[in-house]
Amino acid sequence: MMPSPLFYLLAALMFTGGLMVVFMRNPVSSALSMVLSFIGLAGLFVGLNAYFIGILQILIYAGAIMVLFIFIIMLLDLKKEDEHPRRGAAMAAGIIIPVVLLIQLAGVLATEQDSPKVPELMLQEQAAEYDKETIIHKRLADNRLPDVHLTGRKIFTEFNFPLQIIAVLLLVATVGCVALSKKQTKTVVKKLPAQRIPTIASAPDLTSKKND
Amino acid sequence: MTPTLNEYLFISGLLFAIGLGGVIIRRNIIVIFMCLEMMLAAASLTLVAFSRFNTVDGLPDYDGQVVVFFIITVAAAEVAVGLAIIVSLYRARQTINTDELTSLKG
Repeated sequence: MMPSPLFYLLAALMFTGGLMVVFMRNPVSSALSMVLSFIGLAGLFVGLNAYFIGILQILIYAGAIMVLFIFIIMLLDLKKEDEHPRRGAAMAAGIIIPVVLLIQLAGVLATEQDSPKVPELMLQEQAAEYDKETIIHKRLADNRLPDVHLTGRKIFTEFNFPLQIIAVLLLVATVGCVALSKKQTKTVVKKLPAQRIPTIASAPDLTSKKND
Repeated sequence: MTPTLNEYLFISGLLFAIGLGGVIIRRNIIVIFMCLEMMLAAASLTLVAFSRFNTVDGLPDYDGQVVVFFIITVAAAEVAVGLAIIVSLYRARQTINTDELTSLKG
């Protein structure tokens, strides 16, 4: 368990990262601030003895998802967001609603006078629960927390069925992405001739390939 | 001196509130999407905090962390499909500004 100063440092990192995502004008800066925010969050996870989840957070969010976001921003060639004249109403709503939510949350948390302290882990006492040959037993007897092994054990025993459902979900998402990003089929093109013609005129490379 | 459960819950509520504010304030669909991811991550922090503070036989309750694992997987699938939708939206309309996407107004 981490000491309080480190907790506040990581929480501040997460907080500033989050604020920068919202208030940066350039989408690329927003994406990079989000990496900052998620690194702070991963630090908090590690502080909660969830090493596997912390590493997963950095690998998947900061590594994969943010690269995807930046890639799409590059593909779409976005300009900076213009100043909108009626930005005021959205700005007011966007500040008031979260503040009301936070006040409610603080009110609920304030009703709990002595918030629970973090319980000590009893690693060596638990080692006897597992087979002598397993890595889990050896690490626990060594007074270390075999976080990845325990999580994996849980996933492949109690949560085996949800894991397979998730696999199907990933497959469906992959197929969906391919179907969505495919070029328009001929039937759709025939319905919208007016939109198709200027696209061909503005991209001579495409037409030359079509003739082949 | 270690942080208590309430502090973790408040910090995760703070991150959720920032994400909610971003969804309301911003007009760029990609940034709105990033703020949605932030709200998901805030929920994950709550789950991990509860998993550590409710020990089962002296070990953290790994049920919470497995749920976070599933949340991360679903978030990755959601981002992939969402970005594909944004790309095809941009192809059809040449904009990703929510102010200019008003066909549902009739």
